[in-house]
Amino acid sequence: MSIEVRNITKHFGDFVALDNVSLEFPTGELVALLGPSGCGKTTLLRIIAGMEIADAGEVHFHGEDATQRDVRERKVGFVFQHYALFRHMTVFDNIAFGLRMKPRAERPSKEAIKDKVMALLKLVQLDWLADRFPAQLSGGQRQRIALARALATEPKVLLLDEPFGALDAKVRKELRRWLRRLHDEIHVTSIFVTHDQEEALEVADRVVLMNHGRVEQLGTPAEVYDTPASPFVFGFLGHVNLFHGRAHDGWLHVGDVALEAPDQAGAANAPAVAYARPHEIELDRYSPGQQGIRVQLLRALAFGSVARLELEREDNSELIEVEIPTELYRKLALIEGESLVVRPKKMQVFLDPRAAAQAGAPTIAGST
Amino acid sequence: MAGATTILTKPVAGASVAIDVQRNRRSTEEHPAVKWGLIGLAVAFMLLFLIMPLVTVFFEAFRKGVGVYLAALSEPEALSAIKLTLLIAGIAVPVNLVFGVAASWAIAKFDFRGKALLITLIDLPFSVSPIVSGLIYVLVFGAQGWFGPWLQAHDMKVIFAVPGIVLATIFVTFPFIARELIPLMMAQGAEEEEAAIVLGASGWQTFWYVTLPNIKWGVLYGVILCNARAMGEFGAVSVVSGHIRGQTNTMPLHVEILYNEYQFAAAFAVASLLALLAFVTLGLKSFVEWKARAEHEILPLEAPRT
Repeated sequence: MSIEVRNITKHFGDFVALDNVSLEFPTGELVALLGPSGCGKTTLLRIIAGMEIADAGEVHFHGEDATQRDVRERKVGFVFQHYALFRHMTVFDNIAFGLRMKPRAERPSKEAIKDKVMALLKLVQLDWLADRFPAQLSGGQRQRIALARALATEPKVLLLDEPFGALDAKVRKELRRWLRRLHDEIHVTSIFVTHDQEEALEVADRVVLMNHGRVEQLGTPAEVYDTPASPFVFGFLGHVNLFHGRAHDGWLHVGDVALEAPDQAGAANAPAVAYARPHEIELDRYSPGQQGIRVQLLRALAFGSVARLELEREDNSELIEVEIPTELYRKLALIEGESLVVRPKKMQVFLDPRAAAQAGAPTIAGST
Repeated sequence: MAGATTILTKPVAGASVAIDVQRNRRSTEEHPAVKWGLIGLAVAFMLLFLIMPLVTVFFEAFRKGVGVYLAALSEPEALSAIKLTLLIAGIAVPVNLVFGVAASWAIAKFDFRGKALLITLIDLPFSVSPIVSGLIYVLVFGAQGWFGPWLQAHDMKVIFAVPGIVLATIFVTFPFIARELIPLMMAQGAEEEEAAIVLGASGWQTFWYVTLPNIKWGVLYGVILCNARAMGEFGAVSVVSGHIRGQTNTMPLHVEILYNEYQFAAAFAVASLLALLAFVTLGLKSFVEWKARAEHEILPLEAPRT
């Protein structure tokens, strides 16, 4: 079942949690709502579930307006960050709960419920835990039980609110892969909320990036990572180096170095910032006449396949992080304290919104 | 399996604590004289102010023999007082149970305007002298009160009759259950209820299958305390009852009347029943606390454990 939200707005007092958000979630996809805390992602999820009422806007399920529908009628599966398992019930009773609460006419027989619960326990690979209480399980097990419970009523939509947020790093990673496999098996339209970019990029078919109650970008993990639509997305998805300068006629002038910026062909001496990821920067030992930004090597972390170098710009002491293959690092035989030059191989230039606003320009001109 | 886990972890923790205590005994302990002095003081105080009065009650009650004791209890006026007390508690406790659970449900699970005011109002009976509580009802329902003439015209009696005693008792005892449940339900949050509703449970099903099992020990604890107070209430009831023997006399009032009439053995006999109630209450209270703690260990509030 597909989900669509249209022009959703939600305020909590003076705080704008969601500001005119419109999104479509196609059938069978696993979509991540990604953003920093307070960006409105959880509120949006709760509005889709019907646990929160939007101030304005519509929620459509499978093309039908479900805005006025009660939580119970929406028939969504919801997984809570802190599991919200019924602590006084066994694992079995937890999973059976949704089926047992059905009106008598729709309620399956005792045997059918038992079969269903055991099948779900097998699906989440925890069939040996049926008689335990939630407090006797580990966090990862609890979250899988919570998922089985949500799936028991065969929802057409599965909503997960920071499902791995309360787990430690190792369990998180395992569960992530497991969720991906499970989704490939059952193919129910799923939305999960996370603030962990790695998690979103690794698990989801598509990622929705949110900030301050707005959608910043929507795309596949590769799209949002490789071609971020805004400085926010750039900064949020992994480490990034900033080069402040002035864009003019297709060139970005950083210090006394000119870098090619074909996207900014129309810019006339406008303040701009270039964003480049650590692996998108090439570096060389400094020699007179070398083109590039002069830096000093502060520290090198050369283990594993990638060497991470901390560099300090000689003109303004800003830090730059660069990643090169460890092999290359060894070959260059760099010494800490040495003078180098760096050049972004690939970068995106955004006109500086603050400086632009001061100059009277209305909006950011993004380049993708 | 729950048993197994607790048994496994508990002695280990206990043992390490014991070792620590032994190691630190010298440096952290007071001089024996101070220690035993303080303990002695506490015990003496307990004996003088708690144990002795209780012993006196039973001693005086049986002083003239078991025959007199039983006669004092089976006398019609005493029986009527006992019956009335049971009736009052039988009405006041269920009413407060419903009110207390509803109020704490509303306060703990929802946000609404005037929540702080409601919490303050629930505490009102604790902060008002029982005599004042009684007087309020006399002023409202008494012959010279607001509804007095109307009640008289319809031939209904509230003050100096059973309804007045019930009202006063409900008023005095109504914070007990709500006070017990509000912090408990607030600590538990509303996530389990939300989960139940998303799973399709109706409001009533959610309450019955999810909320109530989580608060049952708290409810029981509140009921026990509420009941003890409902049976033992003197001040407010004294104002509204009118002390009509055989009609509006509760046990505490009956004790007072007998005492004022110098029937000490009879007064202490009835008083011994109230003292017995205190023992039963304490016993039940400890049992419920123990039970709740045992369950708390299996089903802790704080979930995450990875």
